Amino acid sequence: MSVHWPGHYHGAGDNLVRRLPATVKLGVALGLILVTVLLPPDQGMWYVAVAGLLFLEMIISRISVLFLAKRLLLLMPFVFGVVLVNALAPTGRVNWRVLAVKSSLCLLTVILAANTTPFSETLRVLKKIRVPALLTTTIALMHRYLFVLADEAERMRRARASRTFTPQRRFQWHALATVVGQLFVRASERAERIYDAMCARGWK
Amino acid sequence: MHIPDGFIDGKTAATAAVISFASVGLALRQVRRELPPRKVPLLGLSAAFLFAAQMVNFPVAGGTSGHLVGGALVAALLGPGAAVVVVTTVLIVQCFLFQDGGVLALGANIFNMAIVNSVAGYAIYRLVSRVLPGTRGRLTAIAFAGWSATVLAAICCAGQLAWSGTIAWSAAFPAMTVVHMLIGIGEGVISALVLLAVERARPDLLSAVQKDGGSGRVGGFLGYGLLAVLGIAIFIAPFACSWPDGLDSVAEKFGFVHKTLQPMLTAPVPDYQMPGIHWAVGATAVAGSVGTLIVFAGAMLLGRWLSSKTEKR
Repeated sequence: MSVHWPGHYHGAGDNLVRRLPATVKLGVALGLILVTVLLPPDQGMWYVAVAGLLFLEMIISRISVLFLAKRLLLLMPFVFGVVLVNALAPTGRVNWRVLAVKSSLCLLTVILAANTTPFSETLRVLKKIRVPALLTTTIALMHRYLFVLADEAERMRRARASRTFTPQRRFQWHALATVVGQLFVRASERAERIYDAMCARGWK
Repeated sequence: MHIPDGFIDGKTAATAAVISFASVGLALRQVRRELPPRKVPLLGLSAAFLFAAQMVNFPVAGGTSGHLVGGALVAALLGPGAAVVVVTTVLIVQCFLFQDGGVLALGANIFNMAIVNSVAGYAIYRLVSRVLPGTRGRLTAIAFAGWSATVLAAICCAGQLAWSGTIAWSAAFPAMTVVHMLIGIGEGVISALVLLAVERARPDLLSAVQKDGGSGRVGGFLGYGLLAVLGIAIFIAPFACSWPDGLDSVAEKFGFVHKTLQPMLTAPVPDYQMPGIHWAVGATAVAGSVGTLIVFAGAMLLGRWLSSKTEKR
């Protein structure tokens, strides 16, 4: 087993893009995606314009091309699959080239927006647009403990690997599933402790 | 199964978003009403757990590996309403933090993976574990529910892609169904193993859901359960009733056929092409029914094997 961790770039220093209010940034990103998706397919100029804007954003926010390319490649398998099916058996009504361009532009837009906006700001925007409190609390808690639990899973894996010999192939799934089950048990025990801590700090 | 932006057109995205919005709202209401305040942090922690669990790779033959999707498992562990909220949270964070799944496609992704997967998974889990009692029955139930929920979600995904005109139903349905019938086997086995591990370590965590999951919850469950069925009907029915050209007849009915067909078609062969593909849709349906029976038998064997192994210890 390997716990594989999607990269997230927090960006260096202060720049114009990072200083923009999150509402504006996310709003613009959403608008760009909306227009790109809904526009009829043969709008070469629009695609070039969006690409130019994204390029500008990349330069200003000093996010490396390599990082962007890596993220894009990581997220592309589904896109590749569908585009390939579409290119080989063009049964859909949409040209596969348009499909590829559209989805990569949208992906780049979100990657740039997400990596120039701290998640806590995104969460604040969600609260501002009246997402129910139960949902935002859950999202905030998930974001807080995401990394903790992933570390815990990795620690448990290491502990098991150091104590048992490499498990036989047939029992490997069993061992991994036990780790996952134990992770749930620990998560729910942690949730109880968190509840007590929240109450102690006057949550309601 | 995370649909990226650009693969789903406006009407599909809007329809899916409306259904998802309503369902998540109903699920939130049910959770707020029925979940004791003690358990509120558990939702966030379960979402973090699900995310971490999804990153654990299970080795499959030939160097490839699979991972858990988990809607059915979380529904069995926490109940359906909580599962909808938890998986929705995971999808939102995956979308905004890791860009996995599109922003406009978020509604569709929530519908497939949070609502259909959890609701169908939970319904099947309850149904089977009522017929087959005991640990053995529960393990059989979760294995079968994990598999069916995965396949059903994939079929919905295929329906949305086809409705958007990205891929024709005759190509999307067989491809998605066959691939996910295989992936689903892994999902079912992992779900059963994880449920067994939790049941061994902390049986009390499960018994809480089993107890109040029975009667009092049906009212709350019904609302978004019906919405899930409605969504499935919208996304799949147009193709299922007149398979070869369901999409075109729907397009004609709504009057956007001329709008969509002119500019973007560069396809050398239009809609009607190899007869093999139409045959494939029918064959997939037949194979699907046979496969479902085989998988159910397999789930029963797995349940018996795992529970007998536990008793021996």
